Amino acid sequence: MAVVAGLWALYEAYKWFGATVGLTRPFEVNERTMPHLHDVVAQLFEPSRTNGPMLIEVLAEAAVFTAKEALAGFVLGASIGFTIGVVLHHSKLLQRGFLPYIVASQTVPILAVAPMVVVWLGGNGAPGWVSVAVIAAYLTFFPVTINTLRGLQSADPRALELMRSYAASGWATLWKVKVPASLPFLFAAFKVSATASVVGAIIGELPSSIPDGLGGAIINFNQYYSTSPESLWATNLIASLLGIGFFLAVALAERLVVRRAPEHVA
Amino acid sequence: MSVVGLEGVGKTFAGGVRALEEIDLAIEPGEFVSLIGPSGCGKSTLLRIIGDLVEPSEGTVVVNGKSAHQARLDRDYGIVFQDAVLYDWRTVSKNIALPLEMLRWDRTRRATRVREMLELVELTAFGDHHPWQLSGGMQQRVSIARALSFDPALLLMDEPFGALDEMTRERLNMELLRIWERSGSTIVFVTHSIPEAVFLSTRVVVMSARPGRVAGIVDVDLPQPRGAETREQPRFFELVTSVRDRLRAGGIDETGQEVSEADLYVAEEQL
Repeated sequence: MAVVAGLWALYEAYKWFGATVGLTRPFEVNERTMPHLHDVVAQLFEPSRTNGPMLIEVLAEAAVFTAKEALAGFVLGASIGFTIGVVLHHSKLLQRGFLPYIVASQTVPILAVAPMVVVWLGGNGAPGWVSVAVIAAYLTFFPVTINTLRGLQSADPRALELMRSYAASGWATLWKVKVPASLPFLFAAFKVSATASVVGAIIGELPSSIPDGLGGAIINFNQYYSTSPESLWATNLIASLLGIGFFLAVALAERLVVRRAPEHVA
Repeated sequence: MSVVGLEGVGKTFAGGVRALEEIDLAIEPGEFVSLIGPSGCGKSTLLRIIGDLVEPSEGTVVVNGKSAHQARLDRDYGIVFQDAVLYDWRTVSKNIALPLEMLRWDRTRRATRVREMLELVELTAFGDHHPWQLSGGMQQRVSIARALSFDPALLLMDEPFGALDEMTRERLNMELLRIWERSGSTIVFVTHSIPEAVFLSTRVVVMSARPGRVAGIVDVDLPQPRGAETREQPRFFELVTSVRDRLRAGGIDETGQEVSEADLYVAEEQL
């Protein structure tokens, strides 16, 4: 709370300073470039159009829509990422062969990949949100793959020796030792991926021309920025709250799932 | 029939380190045998060879009348390491149940056995605790309970009390003897401590420095059951001296340097 108040004060102080002194660099400070934050919040409770519902209702609906896409993308991406991690863990050869390409996949800008996914999947008649989920998954899987690899290696060698003494199968060793040992690493990845999946979903909505989500709202309010900058700011606020919500959901799941000595909890 | 039969066992590690040479040893059912020797004499390696966790370079290893490999597949032994190696994410009860899960025991059978094991190591109140909530000595008791949970004929122990303070160590020594008497299993016990080896064992196998060989075997004829007063008997001190003399005699490594007494207590690096 104190941090929110502090950032708020900092923002308003800069705005006041910039407007008084007449700053032109890095940009001119006025009501258009930096609207009052209380105006942004107030805008949420104004009608979105004449006699229409309040902006916050419109954005909440859009956020729920985007959240579904992001969730689907997160689940898909995390599952694929985990599976790739497990497969690569079991084969040094595959790891050396494929890991560079997996890393390369993330250097391709998502904005370049997104339209292709839309064309591929949309051409087969898949609904738009599926393409968006796939795009979100593209951003999600990578941190999960990398941390799965690292996490599976983190198992105590003596714990593995113990499993060997029980003549445990590779499968039992994976699920009873290696995966539990990797959970702190996995959750660190899930936290990164959860917010990335929201970003991926919003970006994915743009080439898919889906108007119902936050991406659509951003495109829409972008066009009205000069007359009503508060609407776009308000949309950004809701988008970031959605990202924070995803992060907190993962953090909560981690607290419920990961049982570790207090000093080992990240 | 011997529980453990070693014939001409040797081990050379990749990189050419000669760890063990010409080990012949037979361990009979119900025996408590300690392996003692200077740092790097390969006693931990020998224990792992018996458990088929390390392959010998030469020689034959027979456990329970079959190959060590088959004995491992048949879960004929339980093992306890210097650290308890408990899984943090499992409760004490679930740690003890781990090998039972491997053996596909059903839930009720597991629960009954876990209760018995908790009673055996006197931790009944701690079944639902997590390992990090327990002291080092308690953790090691859980580890022993886990190793014995599936009634293995053989218990392998690799310096199980080496990381504990002297008081805890003596208490756990007593407890281990009680468990050994009750379970009737055969124990192979690796240690650095001469008094510990003499106090616990029916036989002490003294090993020489690298490459490890059997430098001598001391039969411990102290009466059973043993207790606190055992450590005060003149015979106890005679046996300690006898083991120490054999350690000295075998304590010359290939470079002709004598391994100092202090070295005997230095933690053996994992080969």
